[in-house]
Amino acid sequence: MTLVDQTESKQALTATAITRTDFGADFSGAEVRDYIALMKPRVMSLVIFTALVGLMVAPGSLHPLESIIAILCIAIGGGASGALNMWYDADIDAVMKRTANRPIPAGRITPGEALGFGLTLSFGSVLILGLLVNWLAGGLLAFTIFFYAVVYTIWLKRSTPQNIVIGGAAGAFPPMIGWAAVTGSVSIESITLFLIIFMWTPPHFWALALIKSDDYRAAKVPMLPVVAGEAVTRSQILIYSVLLAPIGVMPALLGFAGVAYGALSIALGLLFVGAALRVYFIREGTPARKAAGQMFGFSILYLFLLYATLLFERLIGLEALPAMI
Amino acid sequence: MAEIIEKVTLTEEQKKRQHKRSVAIAFALGALVLIFYAITIVKMGPGVMNRPL
Repeated sequence: MTLVDQTESKQALTATAITRTDFGADFSGAEVRDYIALMKPRVMSLVIFTALVGLMVAPGSLHPLESIIAILCIAIGGGASGALNMWYDADIDAVMKRTANRPIPAGRITPGEALGFGLTLSFGSVLILGLLVNWLAGGLLAFTIFFYAVVYTIWLKRSTPQNIVIGGAAGAFPPMIGWAAVTGSVSIESITLFLIIFMWTPPHFWALALIKSDDYRAAKVPMLPVVAGEAVTRSQILIYSVLLAPIGVMPALLGFAGVAYGALSIALGLLFVGAALRVYFIREGTPARKAAGQMFGFSILYLFLLYATLLFERLIGLEALPAMI
Repeated sequence: MAEIIEKVTLTEEQKKRQHKRSVAIAFALGALVLIFYAITIVKMGPGVMNRPL
């Protein structure tokens, strides 16, 4: 070390220290609940529920601890997708009333933190599910996160009114992952569980989009009512509802659901089509908004009741109907 | 040449939130330890100790 270097290092030791407390967006002021909000707990609860049903109705058995780990990983993977979605969509979330108070647009979490959180949870959940349960389930979870974060959020959401038709697949995978956790395979039964949610998603979201179309227009998100108009949206809701109703009955026809499910799925399917018909025919003013709101609310009940009945039948040991197709 | 060093001084509220986040991370890590311990026992049972070295 030269004399000059030594002098400089002594000066460095006596350097002036200034303190800053005004870090704003550079320094995290996030609370734990902000991170929980980042995982979209309401979506997560649906993911947990449908995955649990897939896991419970699958033939075979899984050790209770492995079951808990599988559900936990699927839930955290779903939460990770939510965090990645909020990271990428912070700009449009800030514009829409419904989402303006989310942690990133509200300034409670920085985008970088959300990205890091989402990626950590994604890799962690896939790795643990793969290592501790099986790699088909882990692989399906990885694909689901990729599909939601990249295919839906980054690619489709801002580019096509068919965004939620294709993107809906991400929300439909959890029961399939639950099934794969037990059986280590994908089968016609788990594909049916997937199809129910896949066909349910468009009418569910388009009913909401009819009510919130101003929000989506302001955020320049090409939802169907914004791009193609309300009349087309109403027709599409009806078409998907008519397709969904028979798919909802499929578990009974394929022989993995009982008589209670069979009867309920037919009744609920008819009510679903009825709600879609109301949305189709009532087009003006407050009654039209009310019909869309009722359709949205009923769609949640529809999915919940179908899956809850599957679970209930399995829990009480009700025998499945013989396969008819 | 004297340097200016910027130090981060957190406000009381920031310290409180940071502490809560640290506790949450500690709980998550603790849960992972428990999960890996329990699943090892479930998958391998007493055989976990019985293997050629």
